[in-house]
Amino acid sequence: MKVSILQFPGTNCEYDTQHAFEKLGAQTEIVWHKSETIPEDTDLLVVAGGFSYGDYLRSGAIAKFSPVMQAVSSYAKDGGKVLGICNGFQVLTEAGLLPGALKRNDGLHFISKHHTLKVENNDNVFLKKLEKSDIVNIPIAHHDGNYYIDDEGLKELHANNQILLTYCDADGNISNPNGSVESIAGVCNKEKNVFGLMPHPERAMEVILGSDDGVKMLEGFIESC
Amino acid sequence: MIKAIVNISLKAGVLDSQGKAVHHALDSLHFEGVKDVRVGKQIVLQLDTDDKAKAMSDVEKMCEEILANTVIEDYDIELV
Repeated sequence: MKVSILQFPGTNCEYDTQHAFEKLGAQTEIVWHKSETIPEDTDLLVVAGGFSYGDYLRSGAIAKFSPVMQAVSSYAKDGGKVLGICNGFQVLTEAGLLPGALKRNDGLHFISKHHTLKVENNDNVFLKKLEKSDIVNIPIAHHDGNYYIDDEGLKELHANNQILLTYCDADGNISNPNGSVESIAGVCNKEKNVFGLMPHPERAMEVILGSDDGVKMLEGFIESC
Repeated sequence: MIKAIVNISLKAGVLDSQGKAVHHALDSLHFEGVKDVRVGKQIVLQLDTDDKAKAMSDVEKMCEEILANTVIEDYDIELV
């Protein structure tokens, strides 16, 4: 399996992401944002986390005009699998590949900590190794992670099982760190080939570092190839 | 030369956490009678044209494509 990982100026999670997927046996390649194509044998394209373009204007707003993003759009429209983590999620919403938008956290603080998440839907390649209502422990690290979508959009997310994960406490009750609508932490598109989440599964690969719950998430992609 | 002033703010129904925090701070400082606070941003563009209609349509396009995220934000353009 080949995972291509996008790198913009300001991206800072590309090597963690590379390490995580290589640990699971995937081949990886880092793709600089100026490339107008993505490697032909790509099975999964990851838009890694960080602060692309210093978060100027809005998080992810400038990155969507990078040369590589046209290729990302066509790849996604042809059914290619795309995963956006944190800033990558912001880039994908800005680019219109995922519904909604990410606002400043309600508490206005940057939040960096482990958080438990509830699996809302698993009928997709990303979360198929987990069960509905499973609780996973994954780090979050963001300033603009407050997911917003209007009522109509929210209805669609529900109707198509597009809500992937919600923030919860250790018992699965809603616990909302940033003000996200319905405590949403991650969504996918209607076609279920583009995924975005604020938490960092690539930082949850080792028990000794706090959690290895990210393994089951990323393994879903490995197994689908 | 036309100067375009673009004001961008969160849509009316979208909670403005920064506005809320500023409102709270004003209350703490005993400034009374403030009913609501919204925090936005202003982008000022110098345009190399004298054609107001063209300037307006260009800036509208810029707002739709990049300056504002119309999922959560409204924009307002003033030409001077």
